Amino acid sequence: MSAIPTLHLPGVPPGARVVVAMSGGVDSSLAAALVVRAGYEAVGVTLQLYDHGAATGRPGTCCAGRDIRDARRVADHLAIPHYVLDFEARFRRAVIDDFVDTYLAGRTPVPCVRCNQRIKFRDLLEVARGLGAAALVTGHYVRRVEGPEGPELHVAADPRKDQSWFLFATTREQLAFCHFPLGGLTKDETRRIAAVLGLPTARKAESQDICFVPDGDHVRLVERLRPDAATPGEIVHVEEGRVLGRHGGIHRYTVGQRRGLGVATGERLYVVAIDARRHRVLVGPRRATLTRALIMEAVNWLAGPPPPERRIEARHRHNEPAVPARVEPADDGRVRVVFEAPESGVAPGQACVLYEGTRVLGGGWIAAVEPAGGKAGSAPTGGTPAVAQP
Amino acid sequence: MGPVYLDHNATSPLRPVARRALLAALDEVGNPSSVHAFGRRARRRLEEARETLAARLGVDAERIVFTAGGTEANHLVLAQATGPVLVSAVEHPSVLENAPDAGRIPVDHGGRVDLAALERRLAGGGVALVSVMWANNETGVIQPVAEIAALCRRHGVRFHTDAAQAVGRLPLDLGALGADWVTLSAHKFGGPVGIGALVAGPEAEVRPVLRGGGQERGRRAGTENVPAAAGFAAALAAVEAEEWRRMAALRDRFEAALGAAVPEAVVIAADVPRLPNTSAVALPGVPAELLVIRLDLEGVMVSAGSACSSGRVRRSHVLEAMGLPPDLAGSTVRVSLGPATSEEELARAVDAFARVARDPLVRRALRTTWEEEPSRAP
Repeated sequence: MSAIPTLHLPGVPPGARVVVAMSGGVDSSLAAALVVRAGYEAVGVTLQLYDHGAATGRPGTCCAGRDIRDARRVADHLAIPHYVLDFEARFRRAVIDDFVDTYLAGRTPVPCVRCNQRIKFRDLLEVARGLGAAALVTGHYVRRVEGPEGPELHVAADPRKDQSWFLFATTREQLAFCHFPLGGLTKDETRRIAAVLGLPTARKAESQDICFVPDGDHVRLVERLRPDAATPGEIVHVEEGRVLGRHGGIHRYTVGQRRGLGVATGERLYVVAIDARRHRVLVGPRRATLTRALIMEAVNWLAGPPPPERRIEARHRHNEPAVPARVEPADDGRVRVVFEAPESGVAPGQACVLYEGTRVLGGGWIAAVEPAGGKAGSAPTGGTPAVAQP
Repeated sequence: MGPVYLDHNATSPLRPVARRALLAALDEVGNPSSVHAFGRRARRRLEEARETLAARLGVDAERIVFTAGGTEANHLVLAQATGPVLVSAVEHPSVLENAPDAGRIPVDHGGRVDLAALERRLAGGGVALVSVMWANNETGVIQPVAEIAALCRRHGVRFHTDAAQAVGRLPLDLGALGADWVTLSAHKFGGPVGIGALVAGPEAEVRPVLRGGGQERGRRAGTENVPAAAGFAAALAAVEAEEWRRMAALRDRFEAALGAAVPEAVVIAADVPRLPNTSAVALPGVPAELLVIRLDLEGVMVSAGSACSSGRVRRSHVLEAMGLPPDLAGSTVRVSLGPATSEEELARAVDAFARVARDPLVRRALRTTWEEEPSRAP
């Protein structure tokens, strides 16, 4: 049996009001329980983010999905106040529209980062302050470590559950207000402790990757929200310049994708780049997907930018390990990340997060990639990714 | 110090006499439809309750059809419509959602139905039923129901009024009003939850929606809720006009004290006739959702907009129909008093409002939007 950890929130006075973001899952349920056990005045807040009925294709269901009901059950179990806030309009603008627009710009969005950046650690955080709270607690698997220059963000003790990549856009000021009680636990420990505490969500299944695409069919969502999105175009071999076939819309493709390209050649082909302006999907052999460096923008530093000579680690995709890299300033406040060894599947629109040991230094959005074969031309901001054109 | 409950328009505590009547009937077995002695006893209780209500309301007892509450009564009356329906833009969802195709009668800035607009619609012909609430649940604004009833009669159109908020809080002489149907609810003025009534005028019928049992003279099937009916009647019989004067005076003092403590506070529809217990107030710049939560955390219970079953607050269609600017509508909460509300409780509420209004962090919350992000996004 797992010991129940004792929560201490640095800088939060004993008994102070603490808002817990309760999603209805086991993680935030346990976070709330630990806040209560530590003697803080816990207030549970659940955000109504999207119309559950519409998202699941079952219109007519109540505005509240199962997750909201579960969050309320847990709050009742803990005997804490619990409120549901209507964030549908915000979520639609800040996350769903951005998700669709990013795909249509030929990039691969990360809605969970957007949600953390714009909804949870921005608007919800302001709500928590407005409710007179001294802190906001979430069930994210990351660790906040009190460093000599203030709180630092570190990866979770359980590397398989680590969510630090999704939190790179958290500002230092936001981090100072946030605490993550589960950062030192494994998922199994969370479930065991939740069960020991009798939390109603202890055995609840893991949530979907993207909450508002519960069936995983993002193509259908994009086409439903932007019926004019499915502009067909050519699939072009990046090295030979040959048109290999046609596609039904660039939102169906992601850089690095191998399956479902809809072209039959003897060669094993990957999506190398997406040219939104010309509605083209560029494909090529694996070597064409290799990237030596990327340019990231909208960079958020949780620690000061490291000097160019320092070897750090970069993670350009959530499911990939961090790899050795160096960073250097680029124009317009952007940052160039140079990999020690070429990387494949670096997709514009994704996040690149920088680490030193377990600490998150910062991160940004991938704006352009430089093929390993040679340095790309200047990448137009917010336009098509810079790639070697056939 | 206990919590301060100022949400009587949502539901009001059971009056002691209603509780006694309810408990007495709960302990007696008997189905009013049964032939035997216990059945007759239950029937007697039910009919006594009906007669008590009838005497209070100025109608014949047989015109009262008990329902499971105001929502069912509204549903039932809208099922009587034989043609196009007109409803006010500020009706309760139990009217609006049961008449999705109904035309909407606009209201003025004070929330009162535009009689000229109504008359034009009626003169145009073809309307079968008009439904306008007696008093609004969010603002307390009282509609000119007598004028509307007269207008409808002149045009030969049926008229229904939802008096769920008005009953027990205003003198209701239904006989003099001349409406064809009136909706009542018990729990807003100290009766039990789960009972209401549809009162039909002398020329109005009630065709059943629930069938299969012949109860309520064939107008509403289902075993009668005798204990709730007894509580309903006892509660209405206990209402005294003095309560209304007292609540109105307390409410007016609350509004004055709030205005003194929070000068920017706005009382919605302050200058039109309102229920004696209701005050819709806006703290401009303070989101209503947060105000409700903050006040709750301080032990002061009020409401905002119309809450759905998840507790989520939606924008008020009532304030929107009154032409309130969105920022003011989004800052409006409802304070509703009960007969036992005390001066001291209201003073504590004013203090809590003032504390929240002075907190700059409350104003900041929910005002930020991500478009203001300093850094450039791809």
